[in-house]
Amino acid sequence: MFLATELNLQNYKVQGRWRLLFLVMTVLLILPVLVILTLLVVRGGGAISWEFLSEFPRNGMTEGGIFPAFLGTIFLVSLALVFSVPLGIAAAIYLSEYAADNWLTRAINLAIINLAGVPSIVHALFGVGAFVLFFKFGTSILAASLTLAIMALPVVIVATRESLQSVPQAFREACWSLGATRWQTIRRIVLPNAISGILTGIILEVSRTAGETAPIMFTGAAFFLPFLPESVYDQTMALSLHLFVVSTQVPNVPENLPYGVALLLIGIVLTMNALSIGFRVYLRNKKKW
Amino acid sequence: MSDTVIQEGRLDRRDVSWFVDKTVQVLMFVGGISAVIFIVGIFVFVGKEGFSFLFEGFSFTEFFGSINWRPTSENNQTFGALALIVGTASVTGMAMLVAIPFSLGAAIYIGEFATGKTRESLKILVELLAAIPSVVWGFIGLTIMNGIIIDLFDIPIGLNVLNAGIILGLMAAPIMTTIAEDALKAVPDKYREAAEAMGATKWQMIRQVVLPAAKNGLVSAVLLGIGRGFGETMAVLMASGHSINIPGSPFDSVRALTATIAAELGETAVGSDHYGALFTLGIFLFIITFLINLTADLVVKGIRKK
Repeated sequence: MFLATELNLQNYKVQGRWRLLFLVMTVLLILPVLVILTLLVVRGGGAISWEFLSEFPRNGMTEGGIFPAFLGTIFLVSLALVFSVPLGIAAAIYLSEYAADNWLTRAINLAIINLAGVPSIVHALFGVGAFVLFFKFGTSILAASLTLAIMALPVVIVATRESLQSVPQAFREACWSLGATRWQTIRRIVLPNAISGILTGIILEVSRTAGETAPIMFTGAAFFLPFLPESVYDQTMALSLHLFVVSTQVPNVPENLPYGVALLLIGIVLTMNALSIGFRVYLRNKKKW
Repeated sequence: MSDTVIQEGRLDRRDVSWFVDKTVQVLMFVGGISAVIFIVGIFVFVGKEGFSFLFEGFSFTEFFGSINWRPTSENNQTFGALALIVGTASVTGMAMLVAIPFSLGAAIYIGEFATGKTRESLKILVELLAAIPSVVWGFIGLTIMNGIIIDLFDIPIGLNVLNAGIILGLMAAPIMTTIAEDALKAVPDKYREAAEAMGATKWQMIRQVVLPAAKNGLVSAVLLGIGRGFGETMAVLMASGHSINIPGSPFDSVRALTATIAAELGETAVGSDHYGALFTLGIFLFIITFLINLTADLVVKGIRKK
């Protein structure tokens, strides 16, 4: 009675074929990229050395290192964090802890989705129109990192909101019933329980902003500068733009130089991302509730 | 007597922490509405720079009907964006040919078939792929993919719709996979249990129960992929060949809306017609992606209402 019938066997065969097809598709989605990354390592690995990291570009950017671009990316990303992290966390706290389910909350959520969906080049136009021209920051580190900050805001908001919402409601209720105000509850109970999730989001933002090119092209990143920036009103070089410049704008670049820049950029971004993912997995295993 | 005590504030709970609480609430609210302020700000500031051109040099029929984008011509300046729109659309279309089947297939495998460690590792890999920056993809198109296409199809230049489409497809697929997998996960387990209790195989359950139930989420994953394709800048600029063309085959070079802004903005004088025209392209892109995102959001909301 419990033997598989012809029809059952047929059905399992069909299922097996589909399963295989989907597996092949998954592999085809991932494999080409792994091959490409391997190629980048093979061709660019030789370019990376201490001199590459610590020297200025020389001879029309065909020789020397990428130090000012590397440092510039660090400046841009850190300043972008300074603007977007407090604002993003505030927005997430509002959405998770205060907001009622009304039209305003829906409008905010829609704005966040759209802020994440606006093309990066439109963010660049906004940066030029608002920060460079209207607020008269000129093309500067300040204007570029403000543009990056607004672009990255949705990343911080979404990650923070998620980790705030994963704190059980009973924790808040217990705190309120002791007479604490909303803010005391958030500061003493909700935030400490969510802090690691928020950090994960911030690392993710670092990875996102470090690779962005279009938003900084016209707002503060320069093709080449022979000196380091001295204030936030100066321009700076950046790693992502440097990759674009050495691979498209400069003639006679030795082949392994742009590969080296690409490898370094992707190394930074993927390390940051892997860190964020590892952190998340670790937290999930540690969670007490 | 007790009345005066109440009036003097013994039951008035407005102590320091009450004021702190209210102040913080206002601050958080400001943070909350900042997203709305920025999205309006983007529209206002990009619009402001484009307006002088929109009301003077702009002609609707020329912009959407002409393929002649000659912003720097001395005596015959024309701003026809048709070829750029077609360029963006053809690259996005090619990207979706690559990304839709593979991302949906991968989402079904990861979400429904894979289990335990395999599933976790695949999800992490897909997430890492989504993190590769646009400019690195562009560089891959310019060097590796260019060489492959030249060798494979025996053509002189490999920077074309095919190249940019594949690059963009590989870029969009991980994100689409993640969203599609979320949509599958959102289908309640009791649907699956009911189907399995009726004796359905896993595949029968997926095809006849899970996929129809997740339909809206999958459609919105595809829409978000299209939105991303439309807005992608650096990768398309570097891999598409960047020449104004109505493509007749995947081997023709094209130029995209986003790439045009990125390539030309640095060379224009603030306030000139050319400058205004580039911001007008920006407004157009903003509106298109806004509509795509809005539709994707409404489609997802459709499930929740039901």
